[in-house]
Amino acid sequence: MSEISRVLEDVARRRRKALIPFVTAGDPDAATTEALLPALQDAGADVIEIGVPFSDPVADGVVIQASSQRALRGGMTTAKTLDIVRRARRRVSCPIVLMGYTNPVLRYGVDRLARDAASAGVNGFILVDLPPEEAEPARRALRQNGIDLIFLLTPASPGERIARVAARASGFIYYVAYTGVTGARAAVHSEVGASVRRIRKRTRLPVMVGFGVRTPEQARSLAAVADGVIVGSALIRGMEGVASRGGRVRKAAAFVESLRRGLDRAA
Amino acid sequence: MPAKLPDHRGRFGAFGGRYVPETLMPALDELESAYRKIGQSGGFKKDLGYYLREFAGRPTPLYLARRMSEELGGPRIYLKREDLCHTGAHKINNTLGQVLLAKRMGKKRIIAETGAGQHGVATASTAALFGLPCEVYMGADDIRRQEINVFRMRLLGAKVHEVTTGSRTLKDAINEAMRDWVTNVRTTHYVIGSVVGPHPFPMMVRDFQSVIGKEARGQILKAEGRLPRAVVACVGGGSNAMGIFCAFLADGRTDLIGVEAGGKGLRHGATLAHGTPGVLHGAMSYLLQDADGQISETHSIAAGLDYPGVGPEHSHLKATGRATYVTVNDAEALDAFQYLSRTEGILPAMEPSHAVAHVRKMARRWGKGGAVIICLSGRGDKDSAMVADLLQPRAQVKPQ
Repeated sequence: MSEISRVLEDVARRRRKALIPFVTAGDPDAATTEALLPALQDAGADVIEIGVPFSDPVADGVVIQASSQRALRGGMTTAKTLDIVRRARRRVSCPIVLMGYTNPVLRYGVDRLARDAASAGVNGFILVDLPPEEAEPARRALRQNGIDLIFLLTPASPGERIARVAARASGFIYYVAYTGVTGARAAVHSEVGASVRRIRKRTRLPVMVGFGVRTPEQARSLAAVADGVIVGSALIRGMEGVASRGGRVRKAAAFVESLRRGLDRAA
Repeated sequence: MPAKLPDHRGRFGAFGGRYVPETLMPALDELESAYRKIGQSGGFKKDLGYYLREFAGRPTPLYLARRMSEELGGPRIYLKREDLCHTGAHKINNTLGQVLLAKRMGKKRIIAETGAGQHGVATASTAALFGLPCEVYMGADDIRRQEINVFRMRLLGAKVHEVTTGSRTLKDAINEAMRDWVTNVRTTHYVIGSVVGPHPFPMMVRDFQSVIGKEARGQILKAEGRLPRAVVACVGGGSNAMGIFCAFLADGRTDLIGVEAGGKGLRHGATLAHGTPGVLHGAMSYLLQDADGQISETHSIAAGLDYPGVGPEHSHLKATGRATYVTVNDAEALDAFQYLSRTEGILPAMEPSHAVAHVRKMARRWGKGGAVIICLSGRGDKDSAMVADLLQPRAQVKPQ
């Protein structure tokens, strides 16, 4: 069993909902991300997603686009993202998932990245522009190194596609709450609930809801119909305009703690 | 003739495929199946033929550029006059096909990206023809340098969105159009303007543009009694080139030459000449990228060639050696723009001016005898203000 599955099963056994915050590696510098990771864990994250910045993030809304741009301007790369994870592993034990786009992965080399990511302490990958149809080489290389390749499903996914995607997925299913880019609007739990039920008919993997999760109340109502929530744009937006590194970390930790409290009330 | 590409996975050899957010996968399945069913039906082809003839003005002439041929002292040079199409470029061949298909699929809204503005104008015109609302994404830098086309799009009833992110050119216009499509995928058809993007776009756009090559092949055989020694076309995404190349793919003695933007100094748009394989805008193809896989900034005097990617079938033709890809820089293109205008009385767009420039370079080396075809993909009116600015001191041409 993968580390992500083990941790998420444990969360479920304790009748809790999983909280998965997302931050971009190197926004605005590596030191900030390294300070954020343990703070997010301590604030109640079960899994942490780290965005690997890409110049052309077509699935992202304005907040994560700007975040990626800041990271790239600061010189962040895939290799440096692995360095951040490697260093953070001294203090962070929760599963770490890298989320990004296909091209930097291909450029690094799928097999080499799978090995280097495993040795750095990465537990999963989400590649938003790599649907299962194109993912087989990456999935195989990652699996050989004990890393989950996590696939996404959306409100537009028909039933037979849900089955096809779920058959190749591991770790968890990332359910995209609405058709659109990250952070574009608020997720609505009544829409999400019906879709998650359709997904659960076809897989036993936990279903995490992302895109448009903004407040503790909303996180709670979404988590009530799923296994957990992923929060990216709202977390990053909260740190925008905070001048100091310490201030950004405190702001992020406080927000994640508030989400944690919201979720724990749901259980 | 090799088996017809792409394969069932949308692959041209190692290139192509579907690298898109999950939200778009069902839409691409739907589009592919609609294209295979509706798009291949007799009724659709009849309707498309009607609009190509009566609305776009096809067939376009294959014109013997007599003075240019004599002056250069090489083969007889023919111009495939796509500049004479309605809206001023070959782009209308594709937009008529796609919008007609979208209409039959019940889509209620049309979006497009545009670089030089030619595809935007063609999409806006076609959407107006079929009574569908149209929104076009265009980079802020391109809006500035192709101002006339922005005005034309608005006159045709389209809403033009200025894209200020990233490179502020074609690449980011496509990013924004894809974000719109991800958001509105149920009601909206995204009319991609070139042979790029996820499957089935490279196949579908090529097929809609193949009318250029079919006509040109028949016309050259009629005029010359044999095939040309070369077919030369500019390549940004590569739709005019694919459209004319595909009729000659099986004719091994006809060289297929794609001309990319050599730009200025170290900045260019020569994806096939200087790039490496990777994934951008939904397909595996050659790209201009750095060591970390970030997409590079490009430059060309021609907005339509100012793009760090290229259609996957071109990557395949490069890999197999069936086509060759060369570069022409900004200065040479600007020169060719003026040369064709004065010598033949035809103002070419800055994009095919690159193809004209390459033929100027090669004519003498090719020697007399035989024929070559240049795909003159668009007219140069849109570029005249920019060219005036480049050729004359700004103060003299700026009206008060």
